[in-house]
Amino acid sequence: MKVGLFIPCYVDQFYPQVAKATLQLLRKFDCDVEYPTNQACCGQPMANAGFQNRARAAHRSFEKNFDRFDYVVSPSGSCVLYVRDHHPPHISAEEPAGSADLSERTWELCEFLTDVVGVESTGATCSRRVGLHQSCHGLRGLRLGAGSERQLQAENKVRSLLEMVDGITLVDLDRPDECCGFGGTFAVTEEAVSVRMGTDRLADHLSHRAEIITGTDMSCLMHLEGLARRRSESVSFRHVAEILNGDV
Amino acid sequence: MSSAVVESDTEFVALPVIHHARAAAAFTSDAARTDWHDESLWLVRKKRDVAAAAVPEWEELRALASAVKEHTLGRLDEYLVQFEKNATENGVHVHWAADADEHNRIVAQILRERGARRLVKSKSMLTEECGLNGHLEADGVEVVDTDLGERIIQLAGDTPSHIVMPAIHYKKEEIGTLFNRTMGTQEGSADPQYLTEAARADLRKRFFAADASLTGVNFAVAETGGFVVCTNEGNADLGVHLAPIHIASMGIEKLIPRADDLGIFLRLLARSATGQPLTVYSSHFHAPTPGREIHLVLVDNGRSEQLGREAFAAGLKCIRCGACMNTCPVYRRSGGHSYGSTIPGPIGSILAPNRDMKKYRELPYASTLCGSCTDVCPVMIDIHEQLYAWRQEETRAGVQPPFKRLSMLFAGMFLGRPRLYRLGARLMRFALSRLPRSAIYNRWNAWGRERELPQLPEESFRDWYVRTGGTSE
Repeated sequence: MKVGLFIPCYVDQFYPQVAKATLQLLRKFDCDVEYPTNQACCGQPMANAGFQNRARAAHRSFEKNFDRFDYVVSPSGSCVLYVRDHHPPHISAEEPAGSADLSERTWELCEFLTDVVGVESTGATCSRRVGLHQSCHGLRGLRLGAGSERQLQAENKVRSLLEMVDGITLVDLDRPDECCGFGGTFAVTEEAVSVRMGTDRLADHLSHRAEIITGTDMSCLMHLEGLARRRSESVSFRHVAEILNGDV
Repeated sequence: MSSAVVESDTEFVALPVIHHARAAAAFTSDAARTDWHDESLWLVRKKRDVAAAAVPEWEELRALASAVKEHTLGRLDEYLVQFEKNATENGVHVHWAADADEHNRIVAQILRERGARRLVKSKSMLTEECGLNGHLEADGVEVVDTDLGERIIQLAGDTPSHIVMPAIHYKKEEIGTLFNRTMGTQEGSADPQYLTEAARADLRKRFFAADASLTGVNFAVAETGGFVVCTNEGNADLGVHLAPIHIASMGIEKLIPRADDLGIFLRLLARSATGQPLTVYSSHFHAPTPGREIHLVLVDNGRSEQLGREAFAAGLKCIRCGACMNTCPVYRRSGGHSYGSTIPGPIGSILAPNRDMKKYRELPYASTLCGSCTDVCPVMIDIHEQLYAWRQEETRAGVQPPFKRLSMLFAGMFLGRPRLYRLGARLMRFALSRLPRSAIYNRWNAWGRERELPQLPEESFRDWYVRTGGTSE
């Protein structure tokens, strides 16, 4: 099983420890992982801003880097959702063929560990109070769990994995799956609302005495962390991969 | 990340563009009020959750409702004709209005021909959309909105900020002041019971004096020619049964094929809207009683055109429950007026660009694409996907601001080409590590106004991987 590791651009630049944890975690579960070193972005920043036409180079680069793998795995629900929903052939017929099934071979880390690897234990420990931020694209897009809107009983894959960490305390939140307000360019074009949404999420975690806030997407956590650091809050931010890898 | 898009404040002054972000920033600047607004609507969302959870087949109902609406929209021409025929046979006068103006003229003419000078209205977002009140008042008609929320809006000279709770942006103290000024209630009183009773007493006089009543339509049934009006206050019924003329204004998308289908929608509507199992009144109208008249105005006003847009036709499935507003984290923190359209919130943001893509070009961006609206929608409109689609449509149509076009051209180059990406990343790392804080946290850095940028690690993941082969620590 050859796994290509897709590391979102901002994780590559700002959160290398998350990429390392993902790599190590996949290896722990006997995956043959390779990181193609000529990769760039998935194209989402342009497309979500309305410029899917400017994302074509990113789509082609993604395809060139990853088409040879059985699976592509990434520590980001948002980038994976973008690849699944919007990479060719959904965009235009003139795009190179053969990538339709590449988007189906692309997995978010937690769903890969649950649905493909079938992880039953992690061997990790964490003695802290952890608040889980459920990033929207993972939750409502990839359906990593049942969102609070839908009346369905479904396993939450992220939570289930975290519950396999010894000693962990997952705190309950008043609003278990409200958006943090990052939203890509929304974070700057709608700065005021974005900040309000983020401070409200942060307050929910803090009022339940979370020591660590975790999630499947560093983009949401980067936004929340930026707010927390400006306000000198002592809570720390770790990607789910880091907790599952026993880094915390 | 590097593709921050910040419009300069002076760039588009000449264009009549609704600036959601600016209005939202003004709204959130009152932090306590934002809290209050957010909490009020979140409470409604929670009530909706409880009500939905009590229906084991909730998700099936949604799927059914969606299918019925899709089917109806696919044959809307046939069903409208069937409806007109049956309604006419029942003795209802059916009128067709191509746009808002024609709707207003039809209503004004009905009133004029019958010498009706006083009209009582129950809640109707369609007449808000058409601007009916102003049109009639210019014609010398006294128009009284009788839904309590709409009455507050009317007395305040305001516009609704929500389609189900039009006055949700008012605090009870403000309503007390308004009623004191307009109805002479006790100064300083903000007791909801007292204020409601005062409004009720005042409205009652107007109900009795009315020459005609106007209602909206929640559902119209093609096979019977009848229609249903849902209210909580009974104001529609009181108006209709006291006045000799009943005018019902209806968007053409409100049609459903059979009376049997009603059960699906009535079970979904109030639960989604407020968490009630049903609205207090679900009133069915079929035929006028002897000596009275029912006029039904079928309004297009851009709906046919929208129906012809494959990607956006699904927005016409909307039953106006307002659940997407209550759940929307952006709406709750920016208020309904920030959208600058009659229907605000997520659904408004996919409906408004059908009318004027340029004017409402910011609305599809008033969302993080979190998808909560889509999952809460009782008729399963893919709202957040349509928001995404409108963004692409704006680019195709060339209504994007120049600065954004340019920044996305560069973003696409740097993020899509690995060599340029690495070069850009090096430059960014160099800048972030060398520049003084004041140069980074400048006034153009919207991220940094309230947030720190992430801390820069020693090396990128790629550099580490290339250096170590991905093995050492």
